[in-house]
Amino acid sequence: MTSADSIQLRVSRYRPDTDAGPHWQEYEVPLRKEWTVLDGLNHVKNEVDTTLSFRWSCRMGICGSCGMNIEGEPKLTCATFLSDYAPGPVTIEPLANFPVIRDLVVDLSDFMAKLPRVKPWIIGAEDHSQVEPDVEFLQTPGQLDAYRQFSMCINCMLCYAACPVYGLDPEFIGPAAIALAERYDLDSRDHGTSQRLDVLGAHDGVWACTFVGECTKVCPKHVDPASAIQRYKLKTALHTVKAFLLPRGAR
Amino acid sequence: MTDLRTYKPRISTWWWTRKRSYTVFVLRELSSVFIAWFVVYLILFVYAVGQSETAYRNFLDWASAPWVIALNVLALLFVLLHTVTWFSLTPQAMVVRIDDWKVPAFHILAGQYTGLVVVSLFVLWLVTL
Amino acid sequence: MTKRRVTPLVWLMFSAGGVLAAVFLPILILLFGLLVPLGWLHPDYDHLHAVVGNPLTFIVLLGLFVLMLVHSAHRFRYTLYDGLQIKRKRTVAVLCYGAAVVGSVAAVLVLVSAL
Repeated sequence: MTSADSIQLRVSRYRPDTDAGPHWQEYEVPLRKEWTVLDGLNHVKNEVDTTLSFRWSCRMGICGSCGMNIEGEPKLTCATFLSDYAPGPVTIEPLANFPVIRDLVVDLSDFMAKLPRVKPWIIGAEDHSQVEPDVEFLQTPGQLDAYRQFSMCINCMLCYAACPVYGLDPEFIGPAAIALAERYDLDSRDHGTSQRLDVLGAHDGVWACTFVGECTKVCPKHVDPASAIQRYKLKTALHTVKAFLLPRGAR
Repeated sequence: MTDLRTYKPRISTWWWTRKRSYTVFVLRELSSVFIAWFVVYLILFVYAVGQSETAYRNFLDWASAPWVIALNVLALLFVLLHTVTWFSLTPQAMVVRIDDWKVPAFHILAGQYTGLVVVSLFVLWLVTL
Repeated sequence: MTKRRVTPLVWLMFSAGGVLAAVFLPILILLFGLLVPLGWLHPDYDHLHAVVGNPLTFIVLLGLFVLMLVHSAHRFRYTLYDGLQIKRKRTVAVLCYGAAVVGSVAAVLVLVSAL
């Protein structure tokens, strides 16, 4: 039954204890102007099929937990409206490039292990004697502007789902982690650039990227990971040239 | 954590046909083949010019064969794809800051296309002088 | 450790080659790949010979050829990794960069012979 006031969801189901692989299941949900894909899934969970598993939390594009592949495109389901896919059906799959735990839930432990490797926090000056206790670290609007875009990341993993390089080479540190590294590198209060360079200049760091550019296109927060990665390549390359040309002390 | 029995799909060899932007990406990367071809072609051309006028005429006879012309038309199309994509990605890869002012992408693009025109006119002038 | 030092330099050459290809190749293909062989343009042979024999042309062409070959090799290497999912990465890298080195040597020999 398909009518103007309902839409079909084609949902990928996978139960690890009984299924060898995922299969499709269709659900009919009301089509309301203000309903997002997440509202549709919650309707299924509450009214139709309580066994359906998916992650969500804030419903307002901040928590980054409801990312899924909608019609093959990585999207935040809380920010994607069902009416944009009318008359349907709408295919809903777990985020691509991650192992599926159950239904629409993916395993993010790979990213969780990679993220701390790029040291995404402010690393202070090595010489602590120069730091006054209880001093404020002031920044000009220009200094804030240098990194602000990269601080918008909500770790929703849409960029990893869009990145063919990550899909093909899971060793790749990936877009969000590198964008976050750049966020702290560009911070005027940070002194960790050379520490991060050791991680990101390695083979599975920035050099695995071939600048497909999809990470930037799918980012719901308008972060530009593709730009962060290319800027890192240039930074690493110039650092290497300097190391070749200058004597050790002058670096 | 107890061991999860997760499902991990294999990526098809044809993954890049699934989405238009992936296809454009692979075509962009394949421009490398045509760049290599034309470098080889130019080396042969310089060699012929360096030898003698007869060698140069023979080279042109070979180069006007339909398959060479067809290959060069294809090479021109791929190189134009390379030029356009390379220029449009440059502002993302290079952020130029003058004090607190970030040079807008449009200026970088305009600069690159100006460079293209200047170089093209110079080469044209040098050859047809 | 050596890889870390070489990769950024290869990438710089790849980028330089990319810029040169973007700026120089369209006009070069149009002229020498199409207009001249098709007879729509008749540059004087003696003039061409003089241009090719000029030391300045030697330097410019050598730079163009070598950098564009490295650009090509580097890009094609990753196309093989991603597009065809080739697992023998070391072999692919050796073949791609090897071809670029062979091409560069040929370029030097030919350009010297034209001087």
